[in-house]
Amino acid sequence: MPSVVRQFLQRGPSAYLGALIVILALVFSTLESSFFSLSNMVDLVEGASVTAILAIGLLVVLVVGGIDISFAATASVAQYLAAYAATRLRLPMLAVLAINLGVGAALGLVNAWLIDRLRATSIIISISTMSLYFALLMYFSGGRYIYGFPSWLSDPVVLLEFGGAGGDGMVRITLPIAVMVGVALLTAFLLRRSALGRQLYAFGGNPEAAKRAGINVFFIQSFAYGYLGLLAGLAGLLQAHRVGESVPNAMGGGELFVLAAAVLGGASLSGGRGSVGGVMLGILLLAMLRNGLNLIGISPYFFQILLGLAILASASLSGVRAKGQRGLAA
Amino acid sequence: MSAVTAAKHVPETPGWMQLRRRLTHSGNAGLLLLLLVLCVGFSIALPGRFASISTLTAMLLQVPELGLLALAMLLPLISGGINLSIIASANMAALAMAWLLTSGVLPPNHAAFGIVAALLLGALLALLVGLVTGYLVATLNAHPILVTLGVMSVVNGACVLLTRGKPIGGFPDALLAIGSHTLLGVPLPFWIFSLASLLVGLYLSRTRYGVAVYMVGSNLEATRYSGIDTRWVLISVYTISTLLCWLAAILMMARFNSASADYAQSYLLVTVLAAVLGGVDPFGGFGEVSGLFLALLILQVISSGLNLLGVDPQLTQAVWGGTLIAVMAVRYVMTRGTVAKH
Repeated sequence: MPSVVRQFLQRGPSAYLGALIVILALVFSTLESSFFSLSNMVDLVEGASVTAILAIGLLVVLVVGGIDISFAATASVAQYLAAYAATRLRLPMLAVLAINLGVGAALGLVNAWLIDRLRATSIIISISTMSLYFALLMYFSGGRYIYGFPSWLSDPVVLLEFGGAGGDGMVRITLPIAVMVGVALLTAFLLRRSALGRQLYAFGGNPEAAKRAGINVFFIQSFAYGYLGLLAGLAGLLQAHRVGESVPNAMGGGELFVLAAAVLGGASLSGGRGSVGGVMLGILLLAMLRNGLNLIGISPYFFQILLGLAILASASLSGVRAKGQRGLAA
Repeated sequence: MSAVTAAKHVPETPGWMQLRRRLTHSGNAGLLLLLLVLCVGFSIALPGRFASISTLTAMLLQVPELGLLALAMLLPLISGGINLSIIASANMAALAMAWLLTSGVLPPNHAAFGIVAALLLGALLALLVGLVTGYLVATLNAHPILVTLGVMSVVNGACVLLTRGKPIGGFPDALLAIGSHTLLGVPLPFWIFSLASLLVGLYLSRTRYGVAVYMVGSNLEATRYSGIDTRWVLISVYTISTLLCWLAAILMMARFNSASADYAQSYLLVTVLAAVLGGVDPFGGFGEVSGLFLALLILQVISSGLNLLGVDPQLTQAVWGGTLIAVMAVRYVMTRGTVAKH
C-alpha cells in the first residue's frame, strides 16, 4: 500500500468515512439530481434519527468493552408500556416520559447487574435477556397494536420550517432531529469532557489496570448499560411518535444495522475506542447509501450486500490500523 | 486427547471413578440431573401424555435441525470466536440445492442423479463460504463477531436478491423421505445428527487439529508460538462449521419441502444459548459435544412439555432465556472461591 494511503487510513475512521460520504454524495447527485437537495438530506437525517440514538447508546457500551444486543427488545418494551400508559391509562406527558425512560434504564441495569454478578460475557447475557424481554412482551401484549395516541404524542412537532411554500422544496426540522442532535452533543460531552467519560475509556481500554487505579467496575458497567437502556427507551418513544402507533415487534431486527453503524464509525468490539462523531458519520453513510440506491432505482436487497461488504472493509481497515500502530510502538 | 485431559487435571484412575470425576468436573452431571427433573416433572404433570412414544418421536424429529446448527456454533465458540453467519449459510445451501432440483437444468428421468448433483452443489458452496469466512477470521485481525456479521449480511443479501425473497419448493420424494424415514424406530434426521455429533466429538478430542481448537481458544498467541499453524486451525473450524450448516439445510428442505432466505432466523441466538447452557465457555477454550447434546435435549423437553401443557409458544423462549441465566447463576455459585477465572 502506498504510504500516503496508509497514512490517510491511519488518521482514523472519520477521515475515510468523510471521504466516502463525499464520494457517495457526488456519485448519487450526478445520477439523480433530486438527491442532493436540502429537503432530501433533511428527510434522510430524520429517517435515521432513531437508529442514530440507538447507535450512540451502543457506542457507550462498546467503549467499556461490552456488547449489548438486547437494546431493540428494551426499546420495544419501553415503547409499548409508554404507549399503554398514554392511551389506556391516559397519563399526562411527563408521567409517560418517566415510565418510558425509567423502564429503559431499568432493563439496561438488569443486564449490567447480571453481567457483574454472574461474571459472564455481555453477549451471552444480552442474548438471554433479549429473548426474555421480547418473549414476555409478545406474550403479555398478545401482539396487539396500540393506536389512538393523544395528540401530544402523535402530532408532528416542527421546530423550524423554511424553503418553498408547501412544495417539495420545504425543509422541516422536526422533533426527532432535535432530540438526536441533543443526545449526540450530550454524549459527546460526557465521553470527551467529563471525568466519567475518561473512566469509561480507561475501563474499556484495560479493565485490569482501571480496576487497580480504583475505578468502581460495577458503577461503570451500570452506567454504560443503563445509559444505553435509557436511550433505547427514548428511541422507542420517538419511533412511536413518528409512526403514530406502537407495534410490539416494530423495533426488532435492526440490531445488526445499529452495530454495523457503530463499528463503521470506529468503535471497537474490544473496547476503549470510538467517538460520537465517528458513529454519526457511520449512520450518515449507511443512510445515504440506502436513500441513494433507492432514488436511482436499485433493489433495496442490494443494500444488504453492500452493508456486509462495508462491515468487512471496516474490519480489515481496523486491522491495518492496529498493525500500523503496533509498528510505531515497537 | 492428552492435551485436553492434562488441561483438566484428571488423574489416571481407572474405571467408574474416572467416569464419575469426569462427569462432575465437566458439569454434565448437573445438566443430566436437570434433564431428569424436567422429564419426571412433565411426566407427573401430564400423565400418559408426556412419556409416550409419539411425544418422544416428535422430540427426536425436532432436535436435529437446531442440533446441527448448534454444533456449527460450538466449534467457533470453543476457538474463542463466534459464527453469526450459520443461518445465512444454511439458507444459501438450501436455496442452491432447491434451485438445482426445481429449475429443470437436470435431465428429468434421473431423480437420484439430480439429488446427488444438488447435494454436491450445496456442499461445494458451503465449503467455499466456510473457507472464505475462516480465511477472513484468521487473517483480518478483526473480531469474529464483525467478520461473520459481514459474511452473514453478504450471503443473506445475495440470497434475498437472487430469489426476490420468495421461497423455492416442490422437491422429489426421495429427498422428502429423509425427513420421514425411520431406522430402528428412530427418525433418520436424529441418526444424522447423532453421527455428526459423534464425528465432531472425535474431531475435537482425538485429532491434532481438534485439540488445537481448544488451545487457540485459550490463548491464540501462545498456540502460535508453540509451532501450530493457527490460521489453518481457524480456517478448518469455520469450514466444518459451514459444512454442518449444509447438513442442517438438507434436513430443513426435507421437513418444509421448500427453501427460503428467511427460514430459521430465530435459531441463530438459540444456538449460542444451547452451547453456553451445555457448558461452552464463551471466552473460548472449553466445551464438549456431550454437554451441548444434553443442553439441546433440555431445551427440547422444555419446549415439548410446555407445548403439551398448552403454554403460549412465546413463553417457551422466555423460559429458555431464564433457564440459561439460572444455570449460569448456579454454576457461578458452585465454582465461586474454587476457580479464580478471568
